[in-house]
Amino acid sequence: MSTTTLTAPKEQSCTLLAPGHTACTGCGEALAAKLVLGAAGTNIIVTDATGCLEVFTTKFPQSSWEVPFIHSLFENSAAVAAGVEVALKALGRQNEAKVIAQGGDGGTADIGLQALSGMLERGHDILYVCYDNEAYMNTGVQRSGLTPFDCMTTTSPCGELSWGNKHNKKDMPSIAAAHGIPYVATASVAFPKDIENKVKKALSITGPKYMQIHSPCPLGWRSKPQLTIQVAKLAVQTGLYPIFEIENGKVTKVRKVTTPKTPVEEYLKIQGRFAHLFKSPKGKEEIQKIQEIADRNIEKYGLA
Amino acid sequence: MSTTFIEGSIAVAKTVGVCRPHVISAYPITPQTHIVEHLSELVADGEVKAEYVNVESEHSAASVVLGSSATGARTYTATTSQGFLLMIEVLFNIAGMRLPVVMTCVNRAVSAPINIWNDQQDSMTARDSGWIQLYAEDNQEASDMHLQAFKIAENKDIMLPVMICMDGFVLTHSFDPVELISQEQADKFLPPFKPEYYLTPKNPLTFGAMVGPDGYMETRYFIEKTMHASLQVISNVATDFHNQFGRFQGGLIDTYKVEDASLVLVAMGSIIGTIKDIVDELRAKGQKVGVLKVRSYRPFPKDEIYKALSHVKEIAVVEKAVSLGYGGILVNEIKSVFYGKPKTPKINGFILGLGGRDITADTIHQVIKETAKAASEEKFVGLNEALIGGK
Ligand SMILES: Cc1ncc(C[n+]2csc(CCOP(=O)(O)OP(=O)(O)O)c2C)c(N)n1
Ligand code: SF4
Ligand SMILES: [Mg+2]
Repeated sequence: MSTTTLTAPKEQSCTLLAPGHTACTGCGEALAAKLVLGAAGTNIIVTDATGCLEVFTTKFPQSSWEVPFIHSLFENSAAVAAGVEVALKALGRQNEAKVIAQGGDGGTADIGLQALSGMLERGHDILYVCYDNEAYMNTGVQRSGLTPFDCMTTTSPCGELSWGNKHNKKDMPSIAAAHGIPYVATASVAFPKDIENKVKKALSITGPKYMQIHSPCPLGWRSKPQLTIQVAKLAVQTGLYPIFEIENGKVTKVRKVTTPKTPVEEYLKIQGRFAHLFKSPKGKEEIQKIQEIADRNIEKYGLA
Repeated sequence: MSTTFIEGSIAVAKTVGVCRPHVISAYPITPQTHIVEHLSELVADGEVKAEYVNVESEHSAASVVLGSSATGARTYTATTSQGFLLMIEVLFNIAGMRLPVVMTCVNRAVSAPINIWNDQQDSMTARDSGWIQLYAEDNQEASDMHLQAFKIAENKDIMLPVMICMDGFVLTHSFDPVELISQEQADKFLPPFKPEYYLTPKNPLTFGAMVGPDGYMETRYFIEKTMHASLQVISNVATDFHNQFGRFQGGLIDTYKVEDASLVLVAMGSIIGTIKDIVDELRAKGQKVGVLKVRSYRPFPKDEIYKALSHVKEIAVVEKAVSLGYGGILVNEIKSVFYGKPKTPKINGFILGLGGRDITADTIHQVIKETAKAASEEKFVGLNEALIGGK
């Protein structure tokens, strides 16, 4: 009965997410996960939802995970993690490991939102990490609740009657914070040290924690793989991806945007998913709407 | 050993309690509620030292016990009907990961139309999920089966989840004399759960990997093989139980007056009791009738059933579920038992008791009368003529 368990070949790697996995070149999610594990260390148990990260790291008979890892389904990463956490308690092994639950934006904000809400509400001692690449990448770039406004995906195409995704990005960090949990943070692969610090800080706090990491996907965003970090940085610098910490319901720290402020065009124009906005004069109005989203973020979180 | 007059649900909850589960997680749904309410009381009173997780859905209840079981904990959940259907995705996952979770499926009809009463459509929909399914005839058996379930599931050569199916209301809400299992007796019967593989930093394993065409089929093959191996384990555990407790409710099947019978009724669950009464009545009149209880539905004990029924002339399979577009489910499996055998009895299928429709002595008499007529797989018995208007 050993057919469903795998171990990573230790000698080949010095990081906890071993190389040799099958992520695309320049994958932000792979980088983010590696940073999370690096900061968390070996005494953890991690869960993951179905999605790119799970697929590119666990292709039988190999596994990139140098830490105990369980993937069950698309929508239950938070509930499985809750099961792990209570089991450790019930078995008197609570000092053995911290529990980290992971999921993509779809697995977190859409199909897994209910399980996540339950986990946060019940107060489990778990760090939940959402790798936000702003669409269902694993199934071929369909829109999710975290896909930004006017973004083109395979299910929110642009056309005669459409500029792409009609809806605004769901405010997932606020939803998490509304559960009254002690720690919520956003981060970006553009700022690796910040990710590490936040993971360490989160793991030092008892109770449920939520972290959302902006993780560019060159394939889905149609951006150059070598520009992943630059794309991520521009999202933060323009105010489109606000970076902040919410501790016990209060915003305690933010990353300031540039002065003078970087116009959103700088971010949009290097990604094919927004290319349609630059093809006609009417697109300018749409870009203006996106600028307003950035401006609202800057205002709301005091990023200027 | 003392007998207590007790509600079925409470007896089951008490038995689960003495099995020392580490983690219990469930979501309330009628008529499963009394089981999980009583378990949460036992935990609140410190009588059962378990973590009780009040989740926000059955999907999460199953996911919590999945995570706990993978971490090395003994786990339990219970549900019925709509909750069961909501769990199904996770149920397949639990079996695929070879996690020895034990659950109660309180049997109830499924919506639409919404109906809270008993039939067995819910658990029958998960017959291909890789869960061992055992059906209880009465509350004594339902209670005892839960202790046996953990021992079967956690057997090193099995490591498959076990589902105890018990008829909603008919069993869960009825008061019966039940010999309850004490903590000492349970501890003697059931060793502590010590899985070979579990989530721990001491040995970082990957559970739930992605397996392509090069390996997936083998995972199914191993479960299928293990299901066959579990036939022996289920029997052995029933025998062990008999040896320690003096009670025997059958291993894979149970038979009642089948040895010299020419007509045998085949069924699962609480209806067996009603049929036994009719059998006694007809025997008194000189009719050679018997009843066979399918106790283990998955794995399906083909050989045992054949052995028990090979001499029989007529079989009437009565079931509280239907494969819409085909007819009876169990009847087909009983038919397959005789495929390629020298003699095939006449086999009739009857669908009855759906959505809690009363099953009376008359219903069973009608089944027996119909069996004398032509063979059929989908005869509905007990329909309300006023509602079907002659259709
Ligand atoms: C219940 C269910 N519905 C749909 C799917 C198909 N599916 C698998 S992964 C996925 C998208 C994952 O998107 P996300 O969570 O954003 O992760 P990403 O792949 O982008 O990292 C979908 C739709 C599934 N596996 N299970
Ligand atoms: S599709 Fe995107 S998220 Fe998935 S592996 Fe490739 S770059 Fe990473
Ligand atoms: Mg995604």
